[in-house]
Amino acid sequence: MAMQPTHNSRRILLPVRQWFILFSLAAAFFLNLVPLGDLVGVPDWVALVLAFWGVREPLRVGMGTAFVAGLLMDVASGSVIGQHPLAYLLLSFAAGGLSRRILWFPLGQQALHILPLLLATQVVMVVARLVGGAEFPGWGYFLGSFTGALLWFPLTFVLLLPQYQPLEKDENRPI
Amino acid sequence: MSVVGHQPPPFFKRGPAPLARLAFFVVLALALLVFDLKYRYLEQIRNGVAIVLYPLQRAAYTPVDLYERLGGYFSSLAVLQQENAQLKRKELESANWLLRQQHLELENQRLRALLDMKDRQPVSGTIAEILYKARDPFSRRVVVDRGSQHDLVPGQAVVDEAGVLGQVTRVYPLQSEVTLVTDKNQAVPVKIIRNGLRAVLFGAGAGQLELRFLAANADVQAGDLLVTSGLDGVYLPGLPVAKVLRIDRDTAHSFAHIVCEPVAGVEKHGQVLILGARETLPPQAVEEEARDRPARSRKARRKE
Repeated sequence: MAMQPTHNSRRILLPVRQWFILFSLAAAFFLNLVPLGDLVGVPDWVALVLAFWGVREPLRVGMGTAFVAGLLMDVASGSVIGQHPLAYLLLSFAAGGLSRRILWFPLGQQALHILPLLLATQVVMVVARLVGGAEFPGWGYFLGSFTGALLWFPLTFVLLLPQYQPLEKDENRPI
Repeated sequence: MSVVGHQPPPFFKRGPAPLARLAFFVVLALALLVFDLKYRYLEQIRNGVAIVLYPLQRAAYTPVDLYERLGGYFSSLAVLQQENAQLKRKELESANWLLRQQHLELENQRLRALLDMKDRQPVSGTIAEILYKARDPFSRRVVVDRGSQHDLVPGQAVVDEAGVLGQVTRVYPLQSEVTLVTDKNQAVPVKIIRNGLRAVLFGAGAGQLELRFLAANADVQAGDLLVTSGLDGVYLPGLPVAKVLRIDRDTAHSFAHIVCEPVAGVEKHGQVLILGARETLPPQAVEEEARDRPARSRKARRKE
């Protein structure tokens, strides 16, 4: 009855539960609200979790979820309304579209796929705000995406935890 | 694929194509962006959502608050004693001014009455604490722990013990956002205390300010203190705002490039004073004349 956290395609996962997706998004939102001041390299947790579910469950977590999450983030961070929805939408669209491709790769290469998505999310936000006449936040701002990509490993482990099933040995079963 | 009268059975209901959905949502998001940036129509929605999010925000602030308190608790006795001594000395130094202030104010009131001038506006204030820096990295704003429940309104000036910190720009029921003077979109009308030259001070990012639209040969020196001119009807006149750091007089441009540094602890946390809203200034004379003229001419025409 040991849990076996492996990620190769032979491993069969239990179906994901809707409440767990919502819970993980809420937890990410909460982490985003923690005021850390000028600390650089803090990842955008909501973007990361949205990307994760967008890749894993593109039919459950799509652009609608991204839009609502973005609106909440806008209010919570006091930014211009529409900035986060726009960025998250494109992230979720790309994650859903690349889902079939990304899942073929081992985790390290998955993270390499996620990095440009997260970076693009930040670039969209920067462009949207600079057009609106805001101040450039400095290059350190983009460091968050790199931390986010590194966090892809622990994130995959934690978020898939409820879906692992106990391993039972059966020599006669084909899979 | 449909043969006459027969639709293919909907095996997999997938809704509109992803690209169509993306286009719809992107248009919606862009519309929201423009509405919020240009017209500020969405403040009501923002307030509503903010009320719901408030408990969550407080909860998220708890660990940071706890950490700060813990740091304060373990800060050494020596530091506190030193700070205490410093404060006592400061209090004594300012006692001279404070003791005479009441007397001077009364005298000022009497003199103003003699000269038949309008009374100076009384200043009230609310003490608030800066909770944290707003998450938005594109602007310089802080969140304070007083809101519309404490009778704050957008536009009030915020000062600390050294000078102007910023302005209340968004008020939630229990919190409000203060835009710092270093924000790029924040402007403060100031005058140079040395010669009374009026100018407008803009945020320049990176914790600095810029004095714009002054001619290249304007009488500004490094080290000049800038105080609010009070012409805007928002800030009370005479509050220190910034000090001139350096001046680049490049003759290629018609304006001097003047970099200033805020005198208030703009990037620090602590207690601040939110000054009461100023009463609106009387309408400007030019407008009055413009309004009177057609009225008079109409009367004149009637008399004829």
